[in-house]
This record gives sequence, C-alpha cells and structure tokens, in this order.
Amino acid sequence: MTYLIDRRLQGKNKSAINRERFLRRYKSQIKDAVGRAIKGRSITDIENGEKVSIPVKDVNEPHFGHAHGGIWETINPGNTEYQKGDQFNRPRGGGGGSGRGKAGNSDQTTEDDFIFELTREEFMNYFFEDLELPNMVKTQLTAAVEFRNQRAGYNISGTPSNIHVLRSLRGALGRRIAVGGKPRKELIEAEHELLELREQGVPEEDPRVMELKKLTHHLRTRLLAIPFIDPFDLRYTNRIKVPKPSTQAVMFCIMDVSGSMDEQRKDTAKRFFILLYLFLKRVYEKIEVVFIRHHTAAAEVSEDEFFHSRESGGTVVSSALQLLTKVIEERYRNGDWNAYVAQASDGDNWDNDSVLCKQLLVNTIMPMVQYYTYVEITDGPPQNLWEQYTEVRDHHTNFAMQKIVTPADIYPVFRELFKKQAK
Amino acid sequence: MNAMPKDPPHPRALPEQSEWTFDLIEQAHDEIKRVAANFGLDTYPNQLEIISAEQMIDAYTSVGMPVSYNHWSFGKHFLTTEKSYRRGQMGLAYEIVINSNPCIAYLMEENSLTMQALVIAHAAYGHNSFFKGNYLFRTWTDADAIVDYMVFAKNYIAECEQRYGIDEVELLLDSCHALQNYGVDRYKRPAKLTLAQENLRQKERAEYLQSQVNELWRTLPKKAEAQADVRASRFPPEPEENLLYFIEKYAPLLEPWQREIVRITRKISQYFYPQRQTQVMNEGWATFWHYTILQQLYQEGIVGDGFMLEFLQSHTNVIFQPPATAPYYNGINPYALGFAMMSDIRRMCENPTDEDRDWFPGIAGADWKKTLDFAMRNFKDESFIAQYLSPKLIRDFHFFAVLDDDRSDKLTISAIHDESGYRYVRQQLADQYNLGNREPNIQVWSVNTRDDRALTLRHTQYNRRPLNQQANEVLKHVARLWGFDVRLETVDPQGAVVSTLECRREKRNRAA
Repeated sequence: MTYLIDRRLQGKNKSAINRERFLRRYKSQIKDAVGRAIKGRSITDIENGEKVSIPVKDVNEPHFGHAHGGIWETINPGNTEYQKGDQFNRPRGGGGGSGRGKAGNSDQTTEDDFIFELTREEFMNYFFEDLELPNMVKTQLTAAVEFRNQRAGYNISGTPSNIHVLRSLRGALGRRIAVGGKPRKELIEAEHELLELREQGVPEEDPRVMELKKLTHHLRTRLLAIPFIDPFDLRYTNRIKVPKPSTQAVMFCIMDVSGSMDEQRKDTAKRFFILLYLFLKRVYEKIEVVFIRHHTAAAEVSEDEFFHSRESGGTVVSSALQLLTKVIEERYRNGDWNAYVAQASDGDNWDNDSVLCKQLLVNTIMPMVQYYTYVEITDGPPQNLWEQYTEVRDHHTNFAMQKIVTPADIYPVFRELFKKQAK
Repeated sequence: MNAMPKDPPHPRALPEQSEWTFDLIEQAHDEIKRVAANFGLDTYPNQLEIISAEQMIDAYTSVGMPVSYNHWSFGKHFLTTEKSYRRGQMGLAYEIVINSNPCIAYLMEENSLTMQALVIAHAAYGHNSFFKGNYLFRTWTDADAIVDYMVFAKNYIAECEQRYGIDEVELLLDSCHALQNYGVDRYKRPAKLTLAQENLRQKERAEYLQSQVNELWRTLPKKAEAQADVRASRFPPEPEENLLYFIEKYAPLLEPWQREIVRITRKISQYFYPQRQTQVMNEGWATFWHYTILQQLYQEGIVGDGFMLEFLQSHTNVIFQPPATAPYYNGINPYALGFAMMSDIRRMCENPTDEDRDWFPGIAGADWKKTLDFAMRNFKDESFIAQYLSPKLIRDFHFFAVLDDDRSDKLTISAIHDESGYRYVRQQLADQYNLGNREPNIQVWSVNTRDDRALTLRHTQYNRRPLNQQANEVLKHVARLWGFDVRLETVDPQGAVVSTLECRREKRNRAA
C-alpha cells in the first residue's frame, strides 16, 4: 500500500522553537551585536534585519576525534604520476588533497565566525528590550501599515446590519412613483371621465360607465400590487479600508554636543531619536529628519556629523531654538507639515539663557509644533534649564520632558504621544 | 500535454513534461513499483510526502526525523542550512528518507517530474529495501517503533523542561550530545517497544535504577564482609565502551529524569549507528537501483528521451569523483564508489573476465540479482569493500595509498593500482571505513569507588594518533554528567600510559 501525502500546507516553521532556543542561548552576544548595529545605523534605516556573527568557538559542539599526527594512511583516487615507493614533501597547510585523511577533514573547516541573519521583528525586539516599552506600544510600532474603515457611498449588496434605511426607502419611493406613473395617470383620467358622465346624468347601466368602472377597478388593483419595498431597493452602507491618513511630518533632532556629552550619552540620545522616528513612521508616510546640534552656536548638520563629530565649549540652548524657529518658518511653514521636536541635552546651559529659551518656546515654537520632547541625560541635580522647561510643561500638554540615566527611562517621555494614538 | 512524436507510444507512457501532478506521481510510482518488484526488491510500504523547500530545511534540522525534541543546536543547524540555501551556495538534497515502517520519503515540490521519479526510485525503493534487508539495520534499528519513540522522547523532554527548567535540560543535552558517538552498544540487541510500553517501562526503570545506584554508593558501613573484599574492589569489572550507558547506570548524582534523558540520546545514537557504518553501501545500492529501474522504464518506452537526458544529467553529477589533485577534492564520494561497486558486481556476474574468475570464482557468472541481494544483506562498508572491491575498479579509480607518518619527513606512496598493490589498497580502503579506526577508541576504565569517586577513561591509541583539541571540552561534559573528577588516560597498544587529561570537579557541587 502506498500513501501520497501533500504536506505543503502544514506548518513550515517546525524549527521555530529551535531557532528561538538558539537566540536565547546567545542572547548576550546578539544584544551586543544589535547595540553595535544601532550605533552604526542611520535613524531612518533602523527597521531592517541584521547580520549577527558569533565566534565559532562559542557555538561549537565538542566531540572526541583524532587530530593530525601519528600514522595516517589514506587511499585516494586519481593517481596520474606516482609509483610505489615515491616520496614527496608534506603539502603545506593541509591543502592539495592527498595526505589528508577523512577524519582530518572534519576538523578542517574552521571559520572565524558563525554568521546568521536576524529578522526585522527579532531585531526590533532586541532594540525594544532596553527601552522597556509597554507591549501595546511594541505592537503598535512593529505592526505593518494600519488601515482605517471609511465610508464610501452605498452598495447594492451587503450584510443586513449594514442596510441603510433612509436610502433604501427613498429608492423604494422612487421606484413606486416610476412604476406606477402610467396606470396612475390613466386612473385619474378614467375617474375624471366617470365623474363627468355621472354629472351629465348618464345612468349607471350605460356601457361606457360600466367600462370605466371596470377600468378604474383594474387600475387600482394594479397600483396596489406595486410592492412597498422590494429587494431591489435595498441599499447598504459601503465601507472600505484605507491606509491611515498619510501626511507628512518633519522631525527635528536637537542635541547638545558640548564637551560634557560623551559617547554613552550620545548613544542614549540616539535611541531616544530612533524611538520618536519609529513612532512617526507609523503615523506619517513621509518624514523628513533635520539634525541640529549646538554648543554656543547651533548648526544644521548631516546625521553622520550629528552623532560622530565632537565639539567642546559652553552651551547656549537658545541658539538651537532660534535656528529651529528659522528652519520651520523657512521650510516647513507652508503645506501640512507636522513638526515634532526631540531635544537631548545633559542639562547644562548658560545661566541667563534658560529664561530666553522658555520665552522662545512659549511664544514661538509651541504654537508651531505638534509635540516637543526633551530628555536630560544626567544623574545630577536639575539645573536652571530644567526649571524653566518645567514651567513650559505646566502650560502645554504637548510638551514632555524626562530626566534619564539609562535607555529604560526614555519611554515615559513618549507616554502622552502613544496614549493619544491608542484610541 | 505534448503528444509523443515517437513511433508507437507506449499506452502507459509518461508525458514529456517537467511539471508534476499528483496523478503523474502516482502513475510514475506505480511503474517504478512494478519494475522494482520484478527485480525482487523487498521493501517496507511507502509513504511519499510532498513538502516545500522550507519544510525540507526543517527536516534537515531535526536529523531527518519527522519529530524531534527541541535543542539550540538544531536551531544552529537550521540557521546554517537556511543561510547557505538562501544565498544559493547549496542546493537542498533531492531526498530525505526515514528508516521507518511505513518508509517515509520526502519529495520536494520544486522538483520536476523526472526528479520526482528519480527520488522515488532512489529513496522509496533503493534505500527502503536496504533498510529492510541489511543485517545492521535489522539488528539495531526498529523501523516500527522509531517514530513512536521520537514522539515519546519529545514529550518526555518537554515535560522535563517544564518541571526542571529549560536551562537545566539544555545543559544536560549539551553534555549528552558531546558523547553521542560513544552512546552505542556494538553487540547488544535493543528490545522492541511501543510507545505505551516505553512509558510504562520508563517509570519502573527510573525507580529501580535509583535504588541500584543508592546501593552502589552506600556509605553506611557494611558489617564484617566489607573488610574482606577490599582487594576485589575494581569497578567496572570489564571496561565499558558505551560511555552514555555507563553514565546512565552508574553516575552517582543524576536524578531519575536525567538518567532517562541520557538514555534517550543514547537510543537515538544507536538508531543512527548503522547509517554511519553503511554510507557507501546504502548510497551505492540506492543509486544502482534508481539507475537500473529508470533504464528499464526507458527500454519499455514508459519514459522518453527528454526524461532520460534530464535524469542522466543529475545521475552523473551525483556519481562524479574528482581526482585527489583537484582543488575541490573532498575525499572519496560514497555515491561514486558505491554505485561503481554495485554495477561492477553485476558486470562480474554477467560478463566475467579471466581476472574476475581468478579473484571472485564464487560470483563470476552467478545470478546477479541473488549476488547483489546477498551483498546488500550481509555486509557493512568495511567488510563490503574488503570482500568485493575488484582490481578493475582499483584501476578505474586510479587508487593509490599515501602513508603519512609524523616520524618521517616525507610522505610515501605505499601502494598504487598495480598487481602488487591491489590487495594492499583494498585492505587500506576497507580500514578507512572502519568506524572503530575513524573514531578514537575511548572506554570506561575504572571508577574509584572507595575514595573520591573519580572516573577514569582510557583512550587506546590507534597508529599513535592524538586526540583533537576539543577533548578537554568533552571531558568537562563527562565530568558534568558524572558529577566527580574525570581523568582521560591515553595509552599505547602495549598499555603504557602516554598522557593524561584531567577535569576536576568542585566537591559538593551538584549543579548538573
């Protein structure tokens, strides 16, 4: 007896658990690799898989075996020149085939690294891990394009729950008028004539009167037979799925690059920017990112320069805010740009500059932007900039600020932002 | 469907198309089955399964079994296979076949109709009849029970993971895998059990085992007799070659569930042991039969020229043997050697030369089907080559023997394919396939039952070959299983200890 079974439709991810076990075992190495990848990548390029490599000796499964040494006598095919008793030098590096036993070959294939690909989801999971995002937010960020149900006119078929009563009855009315038009007209004429004949005193037995009576009766029955509502009249509300409103947004990354911002703080800041970018990417189809860095003066720079060049000197935050205002007004004023600002700093600022910052924010910037987020990457006590910003926060719901030490502290800054979106 | 342009098409001829359909596979299978039966192939019933490429990678990962327990190393295997497949470095094997009853053979959906027919002939009739007939498989594997046993193993290990934690089980499996090649009973016959019996037995065994171990490691002083047998305290009385068996039975600190997992890995290893010993024969047999069966179909007119051209192209690829001087030479191709030997036996039966009559008086001119069947049933690679490799094949392959002795500066050609070398080459080649020579010979030598409970393993050197670098790592795994110090002595054939490796274990550290 023979069976022919089609297994193709059965699950193909039988090894998913084994793969997960592997990732679990090498979690720390993978996390390091993901961390390196985040440093090396552009903010806008965060959502791809990643190639991860682990030293081969770590993933090796040891077995007893022979090493080269002692006596090996091997049989090989393809002799062209040798005679019994010929002697020749050992080939270097084990190459050349001859003189290498089978058992020797298994040890031969040494690679430096075991390399494999993380999928996009896995990569994002490792990225989110440090940030301690609530699960709902994680799903929001990883989900593919979202759709919204939107009404799109009426349809002649659908489910009963979608029947549009008004439309259906209006249609029925129209049909009744249309179908009954001719008999109704004839009925009116016939009744009119009958009335006239009766007024003239024509007796009821007159053939014309009899005929008219019969006709009106017939026409009335016909009109009554027109159904009040017919399946033909039913109209259903039509809903279609459309991608969520896709407008454009501009995201400003502002970072203090004075001497006190070291590599680690910049790395934390980068995660903060990436998170905002990911969020915006879900909501807007087109996003532009503008990088502004500042010490005592501000400049608009490329992403690479933004993260990797170092400057030193004092800090004047208002210079960046002024540049921000200028850029928004020049480039993103017309059209429907939604402006989002993410600012990262270690909290240092020129003493009397902080008041100026607050004024700039309250008077000019806050009315122009959707959301303003500020993180202070420090574990020291708050300074004057923090105090001034606190006042801004108290008056504007779309202003969020947070003091952070590790990447895990970033999320609360966005809490309001995600909450708004969660409906 | 194309009409056959040839003279009188056979009424049951397969259409000349590369797309397969279920009907066509059934049709091809019926023809192959008929021809195979005429040749006298005795097989388990077949179960052909159509699978996709991803499923093929899955099947690779779990060593070809339809179910297997979960372990990170399978995930690693999966990632490697997937990577090289995606990059196009490697085609997937055309077939995987499982030694079970019914015999499960996988057909990949990407294959053309010709390839499906080739796989059916190769796996479902070639390998299948080998599994059913060869003495090693008959003695050591139980085709009826293996799938059930894998289900039992998977469930049991999953249950252990729930109860004792994934990490704990993973560590244990790591150690067992390191010793898997040393978990084989070479002489004992495993009992046939079904899933239900296995479950029942397992419970009884666990209880019994634990009681025995407790007896062995009893610390309460025995009375008078204890003093008497100090001399006879050697344990085990005989060296034990099955390390996993020994650990399962006697490791002092293992819990019953840990012993059961050791047993599971040992059983699986035992199941694959015949396959490792019959590579050349098994592939040679299957290749010989797919070739013979499809040739027969061609002669009958069931398959056409296009079919044969496609088939011959993959067939010749499979049996290609690059010479040792080629840059991509990677040892002897078992398909090439096996196919050549099987075909050569048929040739010697049908058209023997004087040389054949001289060397193989028993088979020259005999019935080829009976001769091949006998060879398939009663040999493994080593003995098969020693018995049947003919001078003609040694010449055809241009075999030569290279002697690499680390005490001399140069390599020596010790024999070539000439009159004086035939027997030598044949013996060397047979030895090369002897698993006992290929793997280091390591056995349990003694246990210090009276003092520190240290376990001593002995590696008896073969041709002065040293152990590889990983031996230290493996020894750590042995120590983890044993729970106390482990020593590995390397001895020369005269019994003198050459070198010693040692793995010390913290006392009272029970973490397995």
